[in-house]
Amino acid sequence: MRLFDFGIELDINLTKGNKTIKRTKPKNAKQIGKQTIIFPNEPKIFSTHSIVSQKEKDGPFAGYFKDVLKDTKFNEKTFEKAETKMFVYALHNAITNAGITNKDIDVLFSGDLLAQIVSASYCARLFDVPFMGIYGACSTMAEGLIFSAMTIDGGFAEIAACVTGSHYATAERQYRGPLELGAQKQKYSQHTVTAAAAAIVGLVKEGIKITKATIGKVEDYGITDPANMGAAMAPSAMGTLVQFFIDTDTKPDDYDLIATGDLGKLGSDLLRQLMDEKGYHLGQNYMDCGAAIYDHEQYTSEGGSGCGCGASVLDAYILNKMNKGEYKKVIFAATGALLSTIITQQGESMPSVTHLVLLEK
Amino acid sequence: MQMPSGEKFKQQNKERNDKYTQYVELVSPKQSTWKSLSSAFWIGGLICVLGQVFFDLARLMFKVSEDKASTIALIILIFLTALLTGIGIFDKIAYYGGGGSFLPITGFANAISSAAVEFKAEGLIFGLSSKFYTIAGPVIVNGILSSFIVGIIYFIIGLF
Repeated sequence: MRLFDFGIELDINLTKGNKTIKRTKPKNAKQIGKQTIIFPNEPKIFSTHSIVSQKEKDGPFAGYFKDVLKDTKFNEKTFEKAETKMFVYALHNAITNAGITNKDIDVLFSGDLLAQIVSASYCARLFDVPFMGIYGACSTMAEGLIFSAMTIDGGFAEIAACVTGSHYATAERQYRGPLELGAQKQKYSQHTVTAAAAAIVGLVKEGIKITKATIGKVEDYGITDPANMGAAMAPSAMGTLVQFFIDTDTKPDDYDLIATGDLGKLGSDLLRQLMDEKGYHLGQNYMDCGAAIYDHEQYTSEGGSGCGCGASVLDAYILNKMNKGEYKKVIFAATGALLSTIITQQGESMPSVTHLVLLEK
Repeated sequence: MQMPSGEKFKQQNKERNDKYTQYVELVSPKQSTWKSLSSAFWIGGLICVLGQVFFDLARLMFKVSEDKASTIALIILIFLTALLTGIGIFDKIAYYGGGGSFLPITGFANAISSAAVEFKAEGLIFGLSSKFYTIAGPVIVNGILSSFIVGIIYFIIGLF
């Protein structure tokens, strides 16, 4: 018995192994290739907002970050509360900039680095909107954008919002040790970015189109050192980028900018080599948000990491340049190392995932 | 299709992973041993000189025995470390000094006071009190264990 009867018998059965699965509808036309999806209705990012701390403002993107936290506690008692407030600030301003109210938002996708994604949920309780919590470590922004675009393109929502961020002090406490502990860091470690960014996506006239997305696979190349996140994430970035180029039949030079989330200097060098091995050369148009967000003089070793890293650079720098018309087609591939302190102490290696969205003006 | 298993996954990708991890090991930037040894040497030495100064001052000023003078020197060092930790300077010294700043009593004082500052937010009992020794705990456990082993060795040597 078929669940849905469309009146016509469709010869679209799918054969896998020795089994045939009966389909009730033809293959979804929104899927191209193996992992890539397209959004024919063209959902657009029409409002964003971000907030960073003074350390990020001192870096190379100083001219692009507008809102700066003078006090990393944001007038709150604890760093965790400050992180939540940063989420609230970013989302509230994104909503206000868009000229809409909380009631217009049909669904909110949000996530962060802390256990049980508390910052996201504590932010959501203030907004009175349907909420879905997501966790993709540092890839959360791309994951949120993909979910937003999917729900909108599928007709399940008209306006979706996503917000994410990270805080150096809270991440340091959860993953490493007390802030004032005098422990030397590895030369290849990364500094968690203190930033939050929000984006509002909807079917509107003006804005940056989300046209394609590639959902990444979890890759694990056996890196066990939790400080070396760049090396752990590079293979997954390679996997997603290569799959995207295969699925869309394009090459890296076809895009104005290819931005990865937070591989850091070491990770992005590794990615270039891994991509070369696969026959895709990343040229001058490749940038890593983590490697670019800090200056060498800021003692951050390999660069920035965290949900806020890719998200704030996407909002402040990439979308800004796209709005000005300097970039037309941008690949934003946010990388995430899916580790927890407990499982790495048990000797497991670090899996990682990379999600990709193609943004077009 | 067989059920996927973690062990099998690791075995199947062993060759690829070994090649990758070896390469990463090769290209990851490393701390120069000589550089960190020299900075640890002079920072650690400086702390010890400071301790000696407090020790001598205590002997001269209060006319106390060596035992009491060393206690006074230690108390001053611990106090200074806790103070510098609290105002956020000690981690910068340790960033440069490494083991040199960790091995003297200052490392232990920093481990405890940094945890106290950090976990105060979760309350005095379940935050501060229970997390007080998160960093310093292993030092105490292994210190007691190693002194126990050394004590047994001494005892056995003393029998002959």
